[in-house]
Amino acid sequence: MNLDAKIPSGPIAEKWDKHRFNLKVVNPANKRKYKVLVVGSGLAGASAAASLAELGYDVDCFCFQDSPRRAHSIAAQGGINAAKNYQNDGDSIYRLFYDTVKGGDYRAREANVYRLAQVSNNIIDQCVAQGVPFARDYGGLLANRSFGGAQVSRTFYARGQTGQQLLLGAYSALSRQIGAGKVKMHARTEMLDLVLVDGHARGIVTRNLVSGKIQSWAGDAVILATGGYGNVFYLSTNAKGCNVTAAYRAYKRGAGFANPCFTQIHPTCIPVSGDYQSKLTLMSESLRNDGRVWVPAEGGDKRAAGDISEAERDYYLERRYPSFGNLVPRDVASRAAKKACDEGRGVGETGLGVYLDFADAINRLGEDQVRARYGNLFHMYEKITGENPYQVPMRIYPAVHYTMGGLWVDYNLMSNVPGLHVLGEANFSDHGANRLGASALMQGLADGYFVIPYTIGDYLATSSGDKVSTEQQEFKDAEAQANQQVDKFLSIGGKRSPDSFHKELGKIMWEYCGMARNEAGLKTALEKIPALREEFWENLSVPGSGADFNTTLEKAGRVADFLEFGEMMCNDALLRTESCGGHFREEYQSEEGEALRDDENFCHGAIWEYSGAGNAPTRHREELEFEYVKLTQRSYK
Amino acid sequence: MNLTLKVWRQSGPQDKGKIVDYAVKDINSHMSFLEMLDVLNEELIAKGEEPIAFDHDCREGICGSCSMMIDGIPHGPDRGTTACQLHMRRFKDGDVVYVEPWQAKAFPVIKDLVVDRSAFDRIIQSGGFVSINTGNAQDANALPVNKDSAEAAFDAAACIGCGACVAACPNASAMLFVAAKVSHLGKLPQGQPERAKRVQSMVSTMDTEGFGSCTNTFECEAACPKEISVTNIAQMNRDYMQSSLGD
Ligand SMILES: Cc1cc2nc3c(=O)[nH]c(=O)nc-3n(C[C@H](O)[C@H](O)[C@H](O)COP(=O)(O)OP(=O)(O)OC[C@H]3O[C@@H](n4cnc5c(N)ncnc54)[C@H](O)[C@@H]3O)c2cc1C
Ligand code: FES
Repeated sequence: MNLDAKIPSGPIAEKWDKHRFNLKVVNPANKRKYKVLVVGSGLAGASAAASLAELGYDVDCFCFQDSPRRAHSIAAQGGINAAKNYQNDGDSIYRLFYDTVKGGDYRAREANVYRLAQVSNNIIDQCVAQGVPFARDYGGLLANRSFGGAQVSRTFYARGQTGQQLLLGAYSALSRQIGAGKVKMHARTEMLDLVLVDGHARGIVTRNLVSGKIQSWAGDAVILATGGYGNVFYLSTNAKGCNVTAAYRAYKRGAGFANPCFTQIHPTCIPVSGDYQSKLTLMSESLRNDGRVWVPAEGGDKRAAGDISEAERDYYLERRYPSFGNLVPRDVASRAAKKACDEGRGVGETGLGVYLDFADAINRLGEDQVRARYGNLFHMYEKITGENPYQVPMRIYPAVHYTMGGLWVDYNLMSNVPGLHVLGEANFSDHGANRLGASALMQGLADGYFVIPYTIGDYLATSSGDKVSTEQQEFKDAEAQANQQVDKFLSIGGKRSPDSFHKELGKIMWEYCGMARNEAGLKTALEKIPALREEFWENLSVPGSGADFNTTLEKAGRVADFLEFGEMMCNDALLRTESCGGHFREEYQSEEGEALRDDENFCHGAIWEYSGAGNAPTRHREELEFEYVKLTQRSYK
Repeated sequence: MNLTLKVWRQSGPQDKGKIVDYAVKDINSHMSFLEMLDVLNEELIAKGEEPIAFDHDCREGICGSCSMMIDGIPHGPDRGTTACQLHMRRFKDGDVVYVEPWQAKAFPVIKDLVVDRSAFDRIIQSGGFVSINTGNAQDANALPVNKDSAEAAFDAAACIGCGACVAACPNASAMLFVAAKVSHLGKLPQGQPERAKRVQSMVSTMDTEGFGSCTNTFECEAACPKEISVTNIAQMNRDYMQSSLGD
């Protein structure tokens, strides 16, 4: 497997400029001769599709929702980082770079992260120019807030709906290109396979979710911007449709899958209330700016929050991490909450919850100010729990939120399969073992607006330029396989729904490959998952037909992939015998219970290569070198 | 609690469709309305029957996927709430609840509760944007925007494109949807250069897509899960008049 990261030489601050100059360009008249297939219309996909079409490429874009505007990015709440230093509080590109590498627990590639910090400022400019209504101060200039893992205020936001506003900005740019006939949009269309011709990614196979038609598409390059795989846990903050299918099928066609076990558990979500629960709801991290996290000092204290005096409370984040306090990074905050609950100090009916209390903020700022900052989040909380957070503290608990792992890409965002580019949450590039808040939106848009428009030209300009046709055998074979799978699902005729298998898989993953992992547990999961998968293929029930709109059939395909992918995650977690960022192996922790890295043996990305059905995949490495940010034990004390 | 659901079942665009009764039992009041439908669907699948098709994704009230009439009201009885955010504590034991798809000529039914809302996308494609290519932007703070305008633009931009406004309107008009976008961009300096052209093309596309005209019943505002104000419609009408006069 060729894992050359193609990091440009030279000082880090000059790499991207130099690289841009060295990249081959496709001349303007030739661009329209190249067809680019963009799968995904979230921040990464929509921004890429729009920008490439503006440059003149012939673009087809695909998404499974009924409109590109509904991609999961729409749900992001808190904000987007940029190194503008508008607050004059000492921020800089270098600081954003440094914070991101450190926050990622030194498992990301320095050069990529530096570029991300560099282009962060262009993103804000671009979005404002599109009419994204970011929050502003009375002087009319942009406002900022703070997020975890940073000591400066660099997060731009649009109330609690930043993702919505950014996505609508990208969607409007995309719509403009669709209207101009430069992008052909295929909504309600799900990618089921990647097609390689002579080792290059030259097309995809899709299923039209309305007509059921399975069809191929040929192009000169393929971009996957299909989001993260957090739904392998069934319960997560991701939208219901989020899945690993596109990335996993690419993996099966030879693309390396990097660090699948790096998943992020977000500390502030609404706790699970019952078995019927279909998803978990995030309460944005921005709430930790003004909310204070606490549990009763004594275990088993079941009194109402208001009856517990200050002296009987433990503001454990402020106590354990005085300099970052409530704003420690997510992995640290999540584990601290789990610890408090494991000690029997959890709150709420299930005991799996901690308080996030706004009483002080309301006293200090007044209820109106608090409402202006977080009104929609408080509203959402009240809708779901029936409790009013202006009066009683919120109850929160960690939940699966984001996946740092993804398809391996080089500096050009191209996977090891030539022509296959991967953007946004679907790739593994920038966040190492833990992502800082407000950095996913930044990365998705950086990839789509400011990286791929340059780097894809280099691939296209140096590729053969031969056209392929969907009549070729490679396409016909892939279509036949997709059809066979649909027929198989419909013919099993068992008793259990895809969701019931998905829930069971989710419980296994959460129990053994969730917030804390250990060898014995991972081995148990590795026994349970194949057994569940076997039952799936014998006892699945998918009513209806393949020739029309069939949501059960859609789910069956996604669950089938999760059932294989979950195993790869557990294997990855098992073999990474260290703790880093979101990957916490209980055997490897410091005396104070913090994650203990093993830089000598694990300062690398682990990249999995598919070796055929029934064979164990091969684990490769990309060694990481840290020239600028010194490897140290993270400390947020 | 136990409920009787009367659900619109329609196997495809050609099917006539009908209401089918379902008894749902032991519903927990903390469930969301969609989770209640999940429970029913699981039972149907276990029996080998086709589950009720409905659109949904984020289940957080932001993606605009979920779309159903609950007892004749788009998204159900709670104001400012999408169907996915409606919780069963709003209902009581023994209730009979009607669940139907959006009904509008411009939103043909695909299956059961799922409709085709691509007409909304086409309206946006005809002008709901600022024409700025990637890379052309100036520094974000070079253009201060009065805070009140920014807030007002945000209020309009909060639209999730669910189509409840159309479903609620006796004429199936898309005025609130179009007005929300026209106002969002019209209230910002970035939106000015194309202001006249935008409103003209969006309104014209709205008409060709088969949406009805607005007769000021304001049902749209009452149904909007994001509580977008009908004052946007007045603003749009002014913009439209002015741009028609050619200045
Ligand atoms: C509740 C929540 C809040 C968040 N808040 C923040 C925040 O405040 N700040 C921040 O920086 N990050 C936040 N994040 C993370 C961030 O939103 C995501 O990481 C980011 O939006 C992902 O963007 P994307 O473009 O990579 O993928 P997505 O937005 O997930 O888009 C994926 C696209 O791919 C398509 N797709 C997927 N599979 C297929 C397939 N097989 N065939 C065809 N199409 C397919 C989908 O239709 C969709 O269009 C949040 C995440 C969640 C869950
Ligand atoms: S499912 Fe997204 S708004 Fe209801």
